[in-house]
Amino acid sequence: MTIREIQKILDAEVCCGEELLDREVHTACGSDLMSDVLAFVKDQAVLLTGLCNPQAIRTAEMMDIVCLVFVRSKVPTDTMIELARENDLVILSTKLAMFPSCGLLYENGLRGGSRI
Amino acid sequence: MSDAIVLKYDVPGDDFTRAGEASSDIKQKLRKMGIPPEAIRKVAISMYEGEINMVIHAHGGQITVEITPEDVDMLLEDHGPGIADIEQAMQAGFSTAPEDVRGLGFGAGMGLPNMKKYSDEFSIESEVGVGTTVHMKVRF
Repeated sequence: MTIREIQKILDAEVCCGEELLDREVHTACGSDLMSDVLAFVKDQAVLLTGLCNPQAIRTAEMMDIVCLVFVRSKVPTDTMIELARENDLVILSTKLAMFPSCGLLYENGLRGGSRI
Repeated sequence: MSDAIVLKYDVPGDDFTRAGEASSDIKQKLRKMGIPPEAIRKVAISMYEGEINMVIHAHGGQITVEITPEDVDMLLEDHGPGIADIEQAMQAGFSTAPEDVRGLGFGAGMGLPNMKKYSDEFSIESEVGVGTTVHMKVRF
């Protein structure tokens, strides 16, 4: 699935990374707990989170995550967008809550990451 | 060890928004050096968790990173409160982090277990009232 498809499925706004929307996403993870995200290796993953702070961007950076989706209409600050741009990270913002967001992506074929 | 590159970082305490800058810098340097991505990710995650711990628990600290052709060696030192029971601290889910840190996405008791999981060598020494030293190595 591409990031563009994710954007359409979640009816999300693109906060940054418009030029990277055709990148492929293989797995997904939904969590507000960054240490849980850091515990599992994911390949070209999208992270769905309600945690809208710089550490969500940092976590994505460390994990090589390609796309971050903020659920429940959360919008990143300029500092966060700058940090995301430095790391070629796409940020989307959807009005949907966490559960329906994950459900819709799962329904469309996206699956969770793998344990190492 | 003439091929080793040594880098030192001061991790500022109490500024949670800046936690991760050192790990980010190392990650970029390793990428430029052409180190395998899987090893870079292991270094980045284990060091990032260490940085977060320093900010949450120890008012910051110092990280010394030594990059050799074979591995990355990380030494994390702080002069924080120390850990009374290391065995307990290493258990997944055990945390002494304050409630406000949990609201920031951390403090779930996964930091030290993640650091051990992602490093090929891991050791921790701590003395209450003196500080904590963590040593980690990731091989290429």
